[in-house]
Order: sequence, then C-alpha cells, then structure tokens
Amino acid sequence: MRRFALIFLPYIWLLALFLVPFLIVLKISLSDIATAIPPYTPTLDFSQGWQGIKAFFGALDFENFAFLTTDDLYWKSYISSLQIAFFATLLTLLVGYPIAYGMANAPDHWRPTLMMLVILPFWTSFLIRVYSWMGILSTEGYLNQVLLKFGVISEPLIILNTPTAVYIGIVYTYLPFMILPIYSALERMDGSLLEAAEDLGCSRLTAFWLITVPLSRTGIIAGCFLVFIPVIGEFVIPSLLGGSQTLMIGKVLWEEFFNNRDWPVASAVAVVLLLILIIPIVLFQRNEQKQREAEE
Amino acid sequence: MAQVVFEPWNDPKAKPLIQFKGVTKRFGEFTAIDNQTFDIYEREFFALLGPSGCGKTTMMRMLAGFEKPTEGKILLAGQDLAPIPPNKRSVNMMFQSYALFPHLSVWENIAFGLKRDGKPKDEIAARVEEMLKLTRLQQFAKRKPHQISGGQRQRVALARSLAKAPKLLLLDEPLGALDAKLRQATQFELMDIQEKTGTTFVIVTHDQEEAMTVASRVAVMDNGRIIQADTPARIYEMPNSVYVADFIGEVTIIPGTARKSGEGYEISYAEGMAPLYAETETAFANGETCHIALRPEKVAISADKPEDRRNAVQGKIIDIAYLGNLSTYHVALPNGQMIKSQTANTRRLSRRGFTWEDTVWLSWTDTAAVLLKG
Amino acid sequence: MRRLTWFNATSLTLGFAFLYLPMIILITYSFNESKLVTVWAGFSTKWYGELFNNQSFLDAAWVTVKVAVASSTIATILGTMAALVLVRAGRFYGRTLFSGMIYAPLVMPEVITGLSLLLLFIGIGLDRGIFTIILAHTTFSMCFVSVVVSSRLVTFDRSLEEAALDLGCSPFDAFRLVTLPIIAPAVISGWLLAFTLSLDDLVIASFTAGPSATTLPIKIWSAVRLGVSPEINALSTIMIGIVAVGVISASLITKRASLRQQADERAAVHA
Repeated sequence: MRRFALIFLPYIWLLALFLVPFLIVLKISLSDIATAIPPYTPTLDFSQGWQGIKAFFGALDFENFAFLTTDDLYWKSYISSLQIAFFATLLTLLVGYPIAYGMANAPDHWRPTLMMLVILPFWTSFLIRVYSWMGILSTEGYLNQVLLKFGVISEPLIILNTPTAVYIGIVYTYLPFMILPIYSALERMDGSLLEAAEDLGCSRLTAFWLITVPLSRTGIIAGCFLVFIPVIGEFVIPSLLGGSQTLMIGKVLWEEFFNNRDWPVASAVAVVLLLILIIPIVLFQRNEQKQREAEE
Repeated sequence: MAQVVFEPWNDPKAKPLIQFKGVTKRFGEFTAIDNQTFDIYEREFFALLGPSGCGKTTMMRMLAGFEKPTEGKILLAGQDLAPIPPNKRSVNMMFQSYALFPHLSVWENIAFGLKRDGKPKDEIAARVEEMLKLTRLQQFAKRKPHQISGGQRQRVALARSLAKAPKLLLLDEPLGALDAKLRQATQFELMDIQEKTGTTFVIVTHDQEEAMTVASRVAVMDNGRIIQADTPARIYEMPNSVYVADFIGEVTIIPGTARKSGEGYEISYAEGMAPLYAETETAFANGETCHIALRPEKVAISADKPEDRRNAVQGKIIDIAYLGNLSTYHVALPNGQMIKSQTANTRRLSRRGFTWEDTVWLSWTDTAAVLLKG
Repeated sequence: MRRLTWFNATSLTLGFAFLYLPMIILITYSFNESKLVTVWAGFSTKWYGELFNNQSFLDAAWVTVKVAVASSTIATILGTMAALVLVRAGRFYGRTLFSGMIYAPLVMPEVITGLSLLLLFIGIGLDRGIFTIILAHTTFSMCFVSVVVSSRLVTFDRSLEEAALDLGCSPFDAFRLVTLPIIAPAVISGWLLAFTLSLDDLVIASFTAGPSATTLPIKIWSAVRLGVSPEINALSTIMIGIVAVGVISASLITKRASLRQQADERAAVHA
C-alpha cells in the first residue's frame, strides 16, 4: 500500500502533464481547423459509444503532414536544423576537446577550480549568455571595433544575423556539455597506458591517436549527443543571433504558433521534429548503456 | 654430466649488457638514486628488492627511459641510453598495473608494439601466435582485457612486452596483483619463460620470497643504494650487513664485542653471560663492536644441555608461532635477549615437546651464525 | 606525472577566455554612462537605478522567484519519490512507461513541451497565469531532480536502512532518519537545479504564461529582441553576480567540509 502511494503521485502527475498533453498534440496534428479557436474537429464524442470512436478516428487525417511537404519552408528548416546541429556539434568538439584535455592534465590541485569554472556558466541564464554575444558581434560591436582599431579589417564584418553568429552562440552555450563528459573519460584514464604505448614504440602523437582518443570515445560520443539533440530544437539562439536568414525548426514552430496561430500545423511540425529526434536519442541511450556496462 | 654454472658476474671476461656508471637521480631536493655503479649480464634474471621508496622503481624507469639520470651514465650493450627516447629503446617494460589497452583485444594488445615497427602482416601474426602459445593464451586471443582473469591479464602483459624480443625486459612488481597461490605458480612460469626466450629480465619487487625464487641475482636496496647484490643463497647465508640480514627472512640480531679466539671469534654480548663463538670470513679487531646474525632454523631447541656444542644457552619459551609445517619458538635468555628457534613439525601436534614457560636449551654450530660489522 | 605543457596551458587559457570574455564585457558595459551600448562614455551606475525604478521588471522578477520556489519545491518532492520508485520499487505494471516519462522530458525540445502543455491547459479550460507556469516547470524539473537523486540512491548502502529497521525504526522513520540525511546533498542539488531551470526558462514559460503573469526571462526576451540595452546589461550583471556568489560559496562550503573530514580522519588515525 505504501509502495502504491509512492508510485501513484509522480505517475499520475507525469501522465496528466506529460503524456496526455503530448497525445493532444498528436491528435491536433491530425485535425482540421474548424474555426480559429479550439476544439478542432473531430471531437471525441463518447456518448455515441463505439460509433463515436470510429467516427473520431475516421475523421483524422494526415492533411497537415501533407501540407508540410508542399511548402518547402518546412523541409528546408528540418534539413537546415540538422545541418546546423551537425556542424555546430563538430565545432564544439574541436573547441571542447583541447579544453577537456588540458583540464585532465592539469595539476591535481587546480582541477576542482577548473571544474567549477566550466560549470559556472551552466548555472547562468542561457538567455543572458546568448544575449552577451549580440553586443560583441553586431556591426558596431566590440569585435568589429577591436579589429578595425588594429587594422585587421577595413570594413566592419557582418556577423550578427548570419549563420556564423548562430554557430558561435551554439558553441559558446553548449561547450560545458561537451567538456564535462570528455573530461571525465580522460580523467579516468590510467597514465601508465600512455607509458606502455611509448615503451612499445609509439611517439607521443601516435600514442594520443591510438590510446587517448579511443579511450575517450564514449565521452566524445556522449558530449556530441548532448549538444546535437537539444540544438536541433533550439529556439533562442537562432532567434537572437540568426536573423531572418537562419532557418531552424524550433523557430518555425514558434512562429507558426504565435504569429500564424495555425495550431494543427504547429503540432504536425512538433510531431515530425520528435520523430527526427528519436534516432539520435536511441543512439545516445545505447552509448550510455555501453559505458555503464564497461564500468562494471 | 658436467653442469655449466651460470655466473657471468664472476667471469672477468664476460661483457655486461647493462652498465650503471655512477648514476645519481635527484627529484628536486630528494635523492632517489645515490651514485650507483653496477652491471647486469645477458640472460640474467636480476631482482631489485627493497621497501617502497628505496629507489628500485626509479632505477627501472631510468632503464625504460621514463626518467633520465641526473648524473652518470647507463649503457646498454656499450651504448649510452641517455639520448634514446623510450619508444626507440630495445627495452620493454611490463607495468605493475599491466597497462593493457582496454579498447584492444588480447591479440591486438600483443601485436601493438610489432605494428609500430611496421613489420609485414604475416610476420606480426606469426609472432603473436608464438607469444600466445608461449603464454598459453591461444583461446583468449579475441577477448578484451576485462573479459579475462587476473592471471591471464598478467600473461597478456608479459606476452605484449616480450613480443618485440627486447634485449632487456623490465618487470615492475609483476605478480603484485595476484593472490598468493597463483603467485607461486606464476613465479615458476616466469622463470620458465625467461629461460626459453633467453631474454635478460630485471624485476622490481618488495616481496623477498619472490625475488629469492625467481632471480639469479638479487640486489637489496635501501635509500637509493644497492646494499648487496648477490645470488639468493649468498644473500641469505652471507648477508654483508645487518640491514640485509634483517630484510631477508627471519633473523635474531645480537649486538656484542668480538675477540679473536682460535679459528673464529668470541663475542661477549651481556654482563654475566658466557661469550658466544662464531667462525666467519670477515676480520674483526679485538674489542670491535659486531652483530651476530642467527637464522632461527639453525638454532636447535632441546630440554637438556647438548654436550657437543660450544654455543648453548638456556632460556624460557615466551611465544610459540605455529605455522603448520614449522614452529618458531621465541626464547628469552636470563638477560632479556630474545632468540628465535625454528623446528620443522615432522610429527603430529600431539607429540610436540615444548610449551609456554618451559625452560629449554638453545644451541648452534660454530659456523651457523654470521658475524657482521657495525 | 601531470605536467602543464604549453599546449595544455594555451588551450585552457583560450578556452576559459572564450567562456568568460563575453560575460566580462557585458558586466563592464553595464556601468557605461552612455545610452549607446557599444561606446564607452565613463563609469556610471545609473542603469541600475533605472532598473530599480522600472516597476514592470520588479513585478516580473517577483513572479519569477515565486514560480521558481514553488515549482522547485514540488519538483523536489515528486522527483525524489520518482527516484525512489525507479531505484527501489522493482517491477510494477507500467514501469517502462514510467521511466520513459521520466527520461523523455530531459531530451524533449522545449518548444514541444511548451506547446503540448499549452494545448492541455486550453483543452481543459485552465486560465493561464502563475499557476500554469508552476505546473509546467514542476513537470520538467521533477525529471531532472529524479535523475540527480536516483544516481545517488544507486550507490546508497541499503544495509544502513536494514540496520535502522533492525534497531526498531518503522520504514518511514528509517527513511526519514537514515536515508534522507545521507542523500540530502543530492536532494539539495536537485532543488538548486530545479530552481535554476525555472529561473532560466523562457520557452516553456512563454507558452504557459498568460497576460496576468510575466516572468523575468519573458520580459528580457521582449527587450533584447529590439537589440542591446544598457538596462538589460545591468540586470544581467545582477543575475550573473547572484549565480557566481552562489556557486562559488557552494564549492567553498563543500571544499571546507571535505578538508574538515580529512583532518578528522587524520586525527582519528593518530589518536
């Protein structure tokens, strides 16, 4: 009985506020706009019994999904989201790996401080961290001021409201998610493995490629997924830094909902986005599983 | 059949494989190795024995190339090792933690060093097969290190370090991670492999039994110095110092003063006690302070005074350590000096003669004790 | 063994410069006299003054704090319960669904969570306001709490609880007197995480907030969409300051505690 009470409360909460809302999204994505406001047709009428249920399912259709394929805005946004997420992940890895490596090789007494310095931005408002780049990257921004002053460029660079700014924003805000798993993999590594590799004829660089990189692989994969998965649905960064040129699906969904007020299409966009996310999420889960097994 | 005794260190014509020439290693203020000069010969099984922090691991890491001597030179087959980085030395090391690459299979671990040399594929395969056979690991070739037992991991580490056929193999506490039973079996296996491959082995250990079992010569170290380097038998029977006598095996040390008497020396060790007698190679001046080192198994215990022994003392049994095959008696002399006596339990327990508080006689021959300086 | 090579030193310096420079610039320019944010015109704290006179910002901040405290507290209770279920309850009907519902919100894009909750609130005719934001924030932060707490519970030595039962505790007392104090650090960090997530959230709050309640991130969002403003710089500086003080003091407290424990252990050995 006690056990039942323990399970009951969180279970009901999640059913009511996570699963049911999601089913509503699914239902609306298959509905038609009847009027500008809900309920959308069809509505489930239980008073008519089985006939009502059949009528309900009979009236659902994939019209909204079909609509997504007709307007190239949508599929272009999906592709562009995936593309931006992919390259941004790669960039974050390139920036994050040397930092994680440096941390893992830093003297012992430095490491708690370095660790805190990596975590600190994570606790700071995401919105503020993205916003801080607006002042740096704008045409009259600090970066252009510095570059012009030192004569590196003669014309101010246009970075804000371009995909470049989006990449910078993503790398900046998601860097801790990349650094931490790689650091923890590198930190666990036994230093005598590198000595053994050297003893068996490796140079330092070959030892790095043959030993360090493979042994930090689970950390690299975990870090990449931790960046890739949330970036696909990212809304704040493309909206603040990307301008109108940058297409990302999170932004499209937002605009579809708040500006166009087309809820069925917004719901269909959400459902497709989730379907796209299932693949990396499953792969991520498998990587985590493998890591847990390796630790046992 | 005349057995050729393997004693290159006694042969002035033999050329050493490794030469330490005045080697000193300092870490900041701390001197890890203090001006050491010694040789290791080809096909030797050389053990560096000592407590932790005595410098034995530093000695080995200098041979592997992970540390450089602060002063002095190390020569390998007459060539100065200093400018050669670890990955270019024909010296391989078996690590204490084994340092097996967890992402590579047993086969790939053993092939790792060979691949670095860029040998042809079939040659590598043949050599790995050979190593797997030598270490009886054929059926585990495809496994990953975490899928095999501790003893098997130890053999993989050995096979991996032997695969490149190094001139010198360094073993850092190779059996430290194994349990007592397995360790004994592995010691013999190690000797067997050393003999088969003819490789020179240098082993670092803090376990004296292990060093005595496997090595052709044992170097006992303390505070960055080799105190004595000799065969296990000579280290045990003829220690050159109280430190070595005390470090290896059980021993009773009795301090006293020596006085020449016939072939040997009479040693007075306490007021009112008859002096003890010992014959020894070392010369002592009259009245020089000395230490008698007496191995317990060389001390006989009896109820009555033995007539034929010059060294016989009476005392009371304080403690008995029953070890199964042996019993060690701790006997206190009237002046308080403790002497240990060990007897083999060749009879069943019920027939054992002595118990606590018994007054007994201890006796030993004229040559049983070793007389040490200092 | 660990040496700081020039390569490591360079990558650490550049890496941390990249992480911290934008924030340092932001903080510096919050003390700028000029309305033109990119031109330095002398030191001034006037934007802070303007900020504290702006009633709509203060209202939003108050709503945000209320939402964060309420949602993180409920989320910690529910999340700890969920963690106990995940780690302790063994098999029960619908377990897979349950753990799925715990982990899914962690990877669910915020836009979808927000959209789905909004559609629910409209569907059941719930007026949007502070209450709906609390419901929404509780739902996703309880999942984070349960992940943090369950990772601690996995390593919890159950014989401690058994000892308590053996000594006469009721199961609830055993939990209250033994388990809870030991997992308390994880529960507290779960609460802090939930609190920060709630303070931070823009997207879900935008969907679930009504005209009656605006949170600080929503307020900041509508301001920054028009560009950089010195008032927002000042507000950001205050928020960064609060977080920095919190994180640094938390890490100092844990460091002090671990140092004290080490000293105690040494003393115990020598005693």
